Amino acid sequence: MQVTVSVNGEERAREIEPRLLLVHFLRDVLGLTGTHWGCDTSNCGTCVVLMDGRPVKSCTVLAASAAGHEITTVEGLERDGVLDPVQQGFHEEHGLQCGFCTPGMMLTARALLDENPNPSEAEIREAISGQICRCTGYATIVRSIRWAAEHPAAAGAAAETAGEAAP
Amino acid sequence: MQVPPQFEYERATSIEQALELLARLGPEARLLAGGHSLLPMMKLRLAAPEHLIDIDPLADELGYVREQDGELRIGAMTRHRELLDSELLRRRAAIFADAERVIADPVVRNRGTIGGALCQADPAEDLSAVCAAVGARVVIRGRDGERVVVMPEFHRGPYETAVGEAEMVTEVRIPLSPGFGSAYEKVERRVGDWAVAAAGASVRMDDGEIARAGIALAAVGAGVTSAEAEAALAGRRPSEEAFAEAARLAVEHCSPVDDQRGSAEYKRHVAGELTRRALRRATARALREEG
Repeated sequence: MQVTVSVNGEERAREIEPRLLLVHFLRDVLGLTGTHWGCDTSNCGTCVVLMDGRPVKSCTVLAASAAGHEITTVEGLERDGVLDPVQQGFHEEHGLQCGFCTPGMMLTARALLDENPNPSEAEIREAISGQICRCTGYATIVRSIRWAAEHPAAAGAAAETAGEAAP
Repeated sequence: MQVPPQFEYERATSIEQALELLARLGPEARLLAGGHSLLPMMKLRLAAPEHLIDIDPLADELGYVREQDGELRIGAMTRHRELLDSELLRRRAAIFADAERVIADPVVRNRGTIGGALCQADPAEDLSAVCAAVGARVVIRGRDGERVVVMPEFHRGPYETAVGEAEMVTEVRIPLSPGFGSAYEKVERRVGDWAVAAAGASVRMDDGEIARAGIALAAVGAGVTSAEAEAALAGRRPSEEAFAEAARLAVEHCSPVDDQRGSAEYKRHVAGELTRRALRRATARALREEG
């Protein structure tokens, strides 16, 4: 069947099997391998992408069902060479170890901050509770998201960091 | 790698079209709502429909929570997330927020729908117990019109409902009355897991007495409502003794099984304790005028 899905602001039309899951459409058909593929059972959340701004587990959504929706993957977070504050936050606070859960964590963080720009630690932990960090690095993930909340302008944040790093 | 078995895909953009497709494609066709029950079942080959009719385009039309004619009305495509966020539900039937806080996780709740959950009729599913406890009625639409059935009629047993071949659930209706209160209590092994046992309760208070009680257990092999326990409370003043008696009756009529979530004996114990807690909290809310 023919499907047209908007991914990171770009309409992508492809011929697919109806049973193709969104995670495999993104990774194998479009080559957007930033979206990771983990448990396959909607438990681990490494495959999280945004669907109309809300996090969903792309291993449990048909690519066909994504037609007519706006999908955002981790590749869509950076804008014009400027990292999203969430990405910058994961860099600043060392929010990743092996990196497997990171794309999903960052997208959920982006959705959380869009709705609630100043979340408490409890709210952050609740928001990411459907996603598993295999390194158990939750403390730094929470700190990374808090960093992003405190530095909402990515460009400014990056410049400030550069300033701090300069001797 | 887990992928669903092959199927033919259809997409319905109206209720009428979904019903026509169901009638035309026959018993091997299934509706796909949020997909968070059906797709995992298909990956495990527990379900292998030949046709999927995607009703994702109906999410706006059938996604609502509103008060009308003395009832709460919830559209079948209302997602768990919307049920949890609904101020109206929180005020008028707090049992929904109690349950939604502990259904799966926030990301799953962004997709799963109430209609999908009720139609899946998983024996450990929470919303069937919630709807049964509050005396909900389910609107089932076919091409010739709609019928409205009460939960004991709707939920026929594990994975079996009153929805016929060319029919679909469009709405859930919850009767409202003064002095109404409701609550849900669940024990799970870890956050977001299916229940070891869970209990939903509602009471309608009238002049200090329980005029009507609703009790429903999940995950312990109980009937969709615990009718004997409900009857035992009618006309009584709320008390620890009355709640304990109701809990004893509810547990007497359930049949949990030993599995990885616990022994049957443990589950009975938990179900009884949760019934008492849910009744206590529902009554406290009724006396604060939840309804």
